[in-house]
Amino acid sequence: MSVAGPWFLSELAAGCVGWLLLLSPLAILIARRRHGSGLIYGACALASCALALVALLALLSPSPPAAIELAVGLPLGRTILGYDPLGAAFALIINVATALVSGYAIGYGAHAREPQRVVPFYPAFIAGMNLVLLSRDAFSFLVGWEFMSLASWALVASDHASAENRRAALVYLIMATGGALTLLFAFGLLAGPSGGYGFAEMRHAAHVAAAPLVLVLALIGAGSKAGLVPLHAWLPLAHPAAPSHVSALMSGVMTKVAVYGFIRIVFDLAGPPSWWWSLPVLVVAGITTLLGVLYALMEHDLKRLLAYHTVENIGIIFIGLGLALAFEASGLKAAAALSLTAAIFHVFNHSLFKSLLFLGSGAVLHATGERDMERLGGLIHRMPVTALAFLAGCIAISALPPFNGFVSEWLTFQAILLSPQLPQWVPRLIVPAVGATLACAAALAATCFVKAFGMTFLGRSRSTAAAEARETDGWSQVAMLLLALLCLLAGVLPGFVMDALAPVMKLLLGARLPVQSSEPWLRIVPIDSARSAYDGALVLGMIAIAAAATALIVRRFASHALRRAPAWDCGFPDASPATQYTAGSFAQPIRRVFGGVVFRAREHVAMPAPGDTGPARLEVELHDTLWEALYAPVIRLVDAVTARVNLLQFLTIRRYLTLVVSALVLLLIIVGATR
Amino acid sequence: MRVAWLTQLLQIVLVLALAPLLTGVTRKVRARLLRRRGPPLAQPYLDLLKLIRKEVVVAGNASWLFRTAPYAVFASTWVAAALVPTFATGLALGAAADLIVIVALLGTARFMLALAGLDVGTSFGGIGSSREMMFATLAEPAMLMAVFTLSLFAGSTELSSISAFMLGPHAGLNISLALALVALIIVAIAENARIPVDNPATHLELTMVHEAMVLEYSGRHLALIEAAASVKLLLYLSLIACVFIPWGTAVAGAGLAAQAVGLATYAVKLLILGFLLSLFETAIAKMRVFRVPEFLGVALMLGLLGTILLFVSRAPH
Repeated sequence: MSVAGPWFLSELAAGCVGWLLLLSPLAILIARRRHGSGLIYGACALASCALALVALLALLSPSPPAAIELAVGLPLGRTILGYDPLGAAFALIINVATALVSGYAIGYGAHAREPQRVVPFYPAFIAGMNLVLLSRDAFSFLVGWEFMSLASWALVASDHASAENRRAALVYLIMATGGALTLLFAFGLLAGPSGGYGFAEMRHAAHVAAAPLVLVLALIGAGSKAGLVPLHAWLPLAHPAAPSHVSALMSGVMTKVAVYGFIRIVFDLAGPPSWWWSLPVLVVAGITTLLGVLYALMEHDLKRLLAYHTVENIGIIFIGLGLALAFEASGLKAAAALSLTAAIFHVFNHSLFKSLLFLGSGAVLHATGERDMERLGGLIHRMPVTALAFLAGCIAISALPPFNGFVSEWLTFQAILLSPQLPQWVPRLIVPAVGATLACAAALAATCFVKAFGMTFLGRSRSTAAAEARETDGWSQVAMLLLALLCLLAGVLPGFVMDALAPVMKLLLGARLPVQSSEPWLRIVPIDSARSAYDGALVLGMIAIAAAATALIVRRFASHALRRAPAWDCGFPDASPATQYTAGSFAQPIRRVFGGVVFRAREHVAMPAPGDTGPARLEVELHDTLWEALYAPVIRLVDAVTARVNLLQFLTIRRYLTLVVSALVLLLIIVGATR
Repeated sequence: MRVAWLTQLLQIVLVLALAPLLTGVTRKVRARLLRRRGPPLAQPYLDLLKLIRKEVVVAGNASWLFRTAPYAVFASTWVAAALVPTFATGLALGAAADLIVIVALLGTARFMLALAGLDVGTSFGGIGSSREMMFATLAEPAMLMAVFTLSLFAGSTELSSISAFMLGPHAGLNISLALALVALIIVAIAENARIPVDNPATHLELTMVHEAMVLEYSGRHLALIEAAASVKLLLYLSLIACVFIPWGTAVAGAGLAAQAVGLATYAVKLLILGFLLSLFETAIAKMRVFRVPEFLGVALMLGLLGTILLFVSRAPH
């Protein structure tokens, strides 16, 4: 890299994005040919690999590569493209996941019934996300953002035959449009009256008065894309509706672009934060974390469960961001760097394990045609590789050592433990509550993934489709295993990830964490070694040695006899798989403990009259309280207004002319009165 | 350095060797309190020995997960227990994992065991897994809140530092510490499936949680799971001893005499805590399952209260 110098990196990255954009029209031509979709997905995987490599070089190079300027864009404006450390870090994160998802799609996409509805939009989607990260001005940022939204909308709508998917696509389109609009306003405020739309100009403009409004707009705009409660409603509808590799990109990758947008606007462009900025972020993030996981626990549809878990993880990321804002405003640079590192580390982790889990659910969906966990089960026998990779993803997302999810959560806890240093008492009251929320969410997530893995892969098959499932293809298996391996590696070698993020911390906060790679035994020490340290490699090593020693002792001293027999089950083995615990029964204790308030959960038991041999029925009633309280009234209002306004469609020409004239007269009066 | 490694190695063996004895002591004390003679102290050892000599009967549709889970559960519990200072602080591997990691390692063990409970696809396995995880959703955050309180006091999440701080002049009677202690005790009772949360000795299926989850296990697999349960009990009692009764524990770099004193005091502490546990168990009736969340909710709220009090009362540096 020193031979070539970092000067051409921006050109290379822009070239890759252009290459992806060219793939879209090409895909229209060849999507229906044999191997056509595989070729396109392969080309996307290559482009993502190249982009990841470029981003890595840009991140590691001592000075960020020079940006390139294109003479297109707004009048009097131009498009500036190039990676700074923040953009490069996110580009690296999303392209690693995208490359592996695209590799999976080479195999998975070959099964698609209508590839021409999916394949052309796929490269455009990736290009849009990369353009957002590459842009150094608001114009190209928003163009990329819209590209990303519209391409993913088309992908959500690709299976348009089902009414559920059409509704999901509509809700998504409305939310995406609204989100983009608020971001447009945010950039408008940042640019100010002088209208400098380059990020460099915005950074130097003074906008203290507008800054709080920018924060709120960024929270709404980026938060609606990322899935912050209460703007999450589209996410569990749209993410599962898309084909599974696209779901993986939307949940694992696109939400990260939204997090990037928030960090870019709030940490980079909006100027120095006030301490109270952290409050809305922390409160919303805490609520998002807890509600996301509770919604997920009530869900029996595997892909919807995963989508709700994305909401939870976005909450965890925003907890880190909120802490970083609080610390930075109070000048506690080291603590701010720790919080922000934890947040971006979790961005990385989530991009890995959520992509992995969605790919696994896609493999299950393809093998059985089922997303409903109540009709799955026993797949560990039929799909051993998928089961192994999915298990790794489940352990990782449940924040259990030695996988990666635990490291970012551990770092967030360490940041929370530093917050008594904050001078203001309001965050000092809120932060412990947020910490308790995070702790609860971690335990609930573990429960949720015991349910997800247990109901899908363990036990006995609950349907013939599950009993006859076939393992997925080789491309998909390799992609999932690689993602699982990355989850383990990031958990065992977290120091390298934290060091790689150091340039981002320097850019945004002017401080960084201590160098981790020089610590002995690969351990990480976020503040100092007397305070806290974690050594994932050593923990994994100890578990491995302990397990090996145990196995040796057992082998040496214990009986080797093993007999297969019917299940014991206290002497009453059930003949029918229907008597197993189901997803609904597994979640029943949680529903009783937490669901009464959050979901107004009620159970109705209908017992037959004595002597009647009919079955008893248990019905569970759950309410999506947020939807009913926030969205339903808006929908009713819009319906009512449109019903009234609809009359205007059926007027005579005379009345239309009267309307036009009266509108003109009214406008003239207003103009005259205000002059 | 060499002392630290020797202490660590000794501790790794010690937790394993002592754990069944502790279980035996609690059983014996409980039996004596109920005016029964009770099994001999060595009975848990004999049980383990008997179990590993028996053949394993595995359900026909059990997967590889069912057969590997006992090893994973036992290994992670053992590692976690080896990281809690028992008779001496300053363990060689102590820097690898703080208290949060220890809690999370127990979480890994629980996760694997709950999955194993679902593997065969029986209703008892399901009910056990489901309830065990439901208890954990409250017990684990309660534990973490207690950990937060201790860490905020000591300015560290490392157990050695916390223990040293509690021995030092700055620790004293404090309301947050008391709240953390109560929370920790409640969590210890729940996590070790003791009365009033669960009954380790029951054979009435509908009242059991942990036992229902491991119902399908037999032979050497069951031996590993039982051993892991004993080690876990030892871990929690050692943790309480290490933090709340730190006197006598040999500090890092102490001489042989101090180590011997540490060992003796550790044995006494374990005896006292085991006795108190049995006393508590005989004095209280088992709860209904859906009373347990309220019981654990108390622990969570106490832990949170302790943490918030500390957050508010600490002057910023």
